[in-house]
Amino acid sequence: MKTKITIAITGLNNTDNPGPGVPVIRGIRESEAFDARIIGLAYENLEPGIYIPGIIDKTYQIPYPSAGSDELMQRIFQIHELEHIDVLIPNFDAELFTFIIGKERLAEKGIRTFLPTLQQFEEREKTNLPEYGEKYKIKVPNSKAITSYHDINNLRQEFDYPLLVKGKFYDAYLAYNPEQVINHFNKISAKWGLPVIIQEFVKGTEVNVIALGDGNGNTIGAVPMRKQYITDKGKAWGGITVSDQKMLDITTKLISETKWRGGMELEMIKTSQGDYYLIEINPRIPAWVYLAIGAGQNMPEALVQMALGKEVKPFTKYDIGKMFIRYSWDMIGDISQFEQLSINGELEL
Amino acid sequence: MKLKSNVAISDSGFVFDANTGESYSLNPIGIEILNELKQSKITEDLFAYLNNKYEVAEFTLEQNLMDFLSQLKQYGIIDE
Amino acid sequence: MSKLAYERPIINKINAGVPDKYGMQTQVGSIPYIDEIPVEKLLSEYGSPLYAVSEKIIRRKYREAHKAFSSRYPKVQFAWSYKTNYLDAICKVYHSEGSWAEVVSGFEYDKAILNGVEGHHIIFNGPDKSEEDLKKAVENKSLIHIDHFDELYMLLAIADSSKERPKVAIRINMDTGIHPQWDRFGFNYENGEAWNALNRILVSKKLDLVGLHTHIGTYIMSGAPYAVATSKLIDLALRVDEKFNHKIKYLDLGGGFASANTLKGAYLSGKDTCPSYADYADAITNTILNSELDPNNLPTLILETGRALVDEAGYILGTVLANKRLADGRRSMIIDIGINMLFTSFWYDHDMVPAKPKSQFTEDTSIYGPLCMNIDVIRSAIRFPSLEKGENVVIPRIGAYNMTQWLQFITYRPNIVLIDQEGKTHVIRKKETMDTFKAQEISPKYLG
Repeated sequence: MKTKITIAITGLNNTDNPGPGVPVIRGIRESEAFDARIIGLAYENLEPGIYIPGIIDKTYQIPYPSAGSDELMQRIFQIHELEHIDVLIPNFDAELFTFIIGKERLAEKGIRTFLPTLQQFEEREKTNLPEYGEKYKIKVPNSKAITSYHDINNLRQEFDYPLLVKGKFYDAYLAYNPEQVINHFNKISAKWGLPVIIQEFVKGTEVNVIALGDGNGNTIGAVPMRKQYITDKGKAWGGITVSDQKMLDITTKLISETKWRGGMELEMIKTSQGDYYLIEINPRIPAWVYLAIGAGQNMPEALVQMALGKEVKPFTKYDIGKMFIRYSWDMIGDISQFEQLSINGELEL
Repeated sequence: MKLKSNVAISDSGFVFDANTGESYSLNPIGIEILNELKQSKITEDLFAYLNNKYEVAEFTLEQNLMDFLSQLKQYGIIDE
Repeated sequence: MSKLAYERPIINKINAGVPDKYGMQTQVGSIPYIDEIPVEKLLSEYGSPLYAVSEKIIRRKYREAHKAFSSRYPKVQFAWSYKTNYLDAICKVYHSEGSWAEVVSGFEYDKAILNGVEGHHIIFNGPDKSEEDLKKAVENKSLIHIDHFDELYMLLAIADSSKERPKVAIRINMDTGIHPQWDRFGFNYENGEAWNALNRILVSKKLDLVGLHTHIGTYIMSGAPYAVATSKLIDLALRVDEKFNHKIKYLDLGGGFASANTLKGAYLSGKDTCPSYADYADAITNTILNSELDPNNLPTLILETGRALVDEAGYILGTVLANKRLADGRRSMIIDIGINMLFTSFWYDHDMVPAKPKSQFTEDTSIYGPLCMNIDVIRSAIRFPSLEKGENVVIPRIGAYNMTQWLQFITYRPNIVLIDQEGKTHVIRKKETMDTFKAQEISPKYLG
C-alpha cells in the first residue's frame, strides 16, 4: 500500500534554463511507495510547473529568500497550517543557504528536509575549488582569484593561454591573451563584483554525475551522463547515460569523504589522457534528474525516504544508453488562474 | 471620466485590461473607485462620494485621489 | 452615521513572471516604540529627525560579545573603537562595561582622556599621529600601534629624549584570503616588512614591544579569515620569542565584524548571513589555543569591535515630508532624513519601516532625503506602505559611523538622545543652532 504524504517543492520554472522541480515531482508521482499530495512553492507567477496538469495539487506563492529567512519561514509555516507538509524539497541554488540555516526551525514544526550541512555547502563554493581539490585529493583546474589589473600581468607565470575568466557566481569566458583577460575582467567585475576567478582551461569532454548521499558517507545512487546537445545557455537539451566506472569511483569516494547529505551534481572534464578534473559541484538535484529515474534510479523517491528517516538501500545499477531529450510545449492557461495566483498567492488547477 | 469598456475588475481586486493584456491589483478603496467609474463620473462627484464615506482630511483625499486618477490615466484604463 | 477608516487608493501593475527588484509583496512591519517609548513622543519632544540610542541594547550586545570570547579564552580585553561612535555618553557606557579606548587621532585621544580612560588603557592606532600626539601618548604609557617606518623613526627619536620607554605594537597587514586585501595600513606580513620592523624595534632596545596588531578589513562575513590572521600574528610572536627571547603580551585582532545590515548588491539579507560573535570567537580562540604558544603564558586577546557592537543600538527616526509620483509612474516619498545623516546608506540597503502598523498593501517606492541633491537617495527601490505627510518612519541599526561621519549640510544636525536602562531619555548631543556656526565663522571686517 502506498503511503499518503504531503511534499512541498520549489523550482517549478521549466523554462529553457529549467529548475529541477517538475522532474523531481514526476519521480515522486511515479513512485510505488508514495501517494503524494504535491504542494508547489512558487516565487513567480509564471513558473510553468504551476500550470502543467497532473503535476502540482496546489501552488502557493512564497517571498524571495532575499527578503530574509524570517519572512520566508513565516509564509511556509502559514502554508503548513493548511497543508501539513511532511517533506520540503528546495531546488534553487539561491534559496539553499536560507533553507539550510532554517532546517531546524522547519523540523520543529514537523517539516522534514534532506539537505547538506552548511559546512558541506560552503566548502564546495566556486571560489574555494583549489582548497577543495587539495582537501579531498581530487584534480581541479588550477585557479586563482584576482582583484586587479596588476594580477593579470603575472598570470603567465602560472597559467597557459587560453584560460577561463569566471565570475564569482555566474559567467565564464575563454581568453587567449592578456588583452582579452582585461576585457572579460572588466565585464565580469562590473556584473558580479570581485574577485574574478582565473581558471586553467582543461580540454576534454564534459561529463556529469547526479548522485545522492545519505549523510553517513554512503552513496545511495549515482548516474553519469554525457551532454549530447547544449543550448546557447549552456544547458543540456539532450543527454545519455554512460558507463564510466572511474567517474563513479570519484563520486563514491567524494561522498564517502565529505559525508555528503542530499542530492548533488558533479561537473567534470575528462581529458584525452583519461584524467578527470572537477569543475563544479551543484549542491542539489540537477534538472536532468528524470534521466536517472528513467535509467532505474528514482532519486527523488529515495531522498524523500531518507528525509522521513527511513533506511534506503543503495541503487546498484542503472541502464546505460538511456537518453533524455528536452522539448518545449505550449499549454493553454486562463487569466483567471493568473488572477488567483497573483491576488491570493495560491492556485489549485 | 469613465473606465474603459474592456477593463474587467473582480471582487478580489484583480484588474485585467483586455485592450493591452496588462493586469493590475487594487486595494479595497481602489476597487471601490474603479467600480464607481464603471459609470461616467466627474472628479468632484467622486471626491464628494468618498469624502462622505471615509474619515479623512479633505486635502489628503484630494491629493490621493488626483494621484490615483493620474495613475489610472497613465496606465490607460480610464477615458477622460 | 460614523465614517469608515480611510486608506489611500493603490493600484499596482502585476509583472508577469519576471523577477523584479522589488520582490514579492510581503507585509512591512513597524517599529512603534524604542525601548517602550513611543516614536511619536520622542519626535514631538526632541524634534525630527532624531537619533535615538538604546543603552540597554549597547550593554546587551557588549556582554554577548564579551561572553562569546571570554567563555573560550582566559584573557580577553575589548577596546571601544572611538571612530565608530565617539559621543562621550556612548563611550562612557562602553568604558563602564570594562572596555578600553581605541583611538586613531589626537582628537580621539584627548576625548578618551577626558572620558576618564587611563593612559595605559588607550590604544593609539592610525597613520596620522603628530610628534606632539606621540609624546603625549608616551608620557601616558599608552599603547602605540605603529603604522609605518616614518612613525617608527619618530618614536625612536622621542624615546631618546623621554624618561618613559614607549610601549608599542606594530600593525600588520596580510593576505587572509579575503578581497580586497587591506595593504595600506601597517607593515606587510608576506613580504617580510613586518619582520623587519620588529627586528628594528627589538634591536634598538629603546621601545618596549608589547603587542602585535592587525585589522584585516571591514564587514568580514566569516570567521575563517580571522583564523588565518591569528596564525600569522602567532607566527611572528613565536619568531620574536625564539630570536630575542621576548614575550609578546597581547594580540590585537582589530575589528571588522559584520552587523545584520544588508550590503548593497548582496542577494541574501544581512540578518541571515551575518556571523554570530561565537563564529568569530571560535575561529580566533581555537587558533591561539591550538598553537605553539606557551599555554601557561598566553597573550591577552584584544578586540576593537565597533560596528558589530553599536549598530543595533542606534535608530534614526524621521518624518514624511511629501509623496510624489515620478515621471515613470513610480511613487517616491521624501523624508527629513538625508544621506548626510545616514552616511551608511551609501553601502547598505537599510531596513526602513513606518512607526505605526500599516495595511498589507504596499507600492514600489523610492525613498529620498530632503537635500536638494540628486544623490540623496535612502532607498532606490523598496516595497513600502503608503504614509501621509507628517507620519513617522524608523530606520533601525544605524548606531555605527553615522554619528561620526555625518555631514552638516544646509541645515542643523539634529538632537541625539540616549534611552537609559530605566527608560529615561537624555539628550547626549544637542541640535545645532545658528550660534554653533556663529561661534566658528569669522567675516573679515571690510565685508561688513
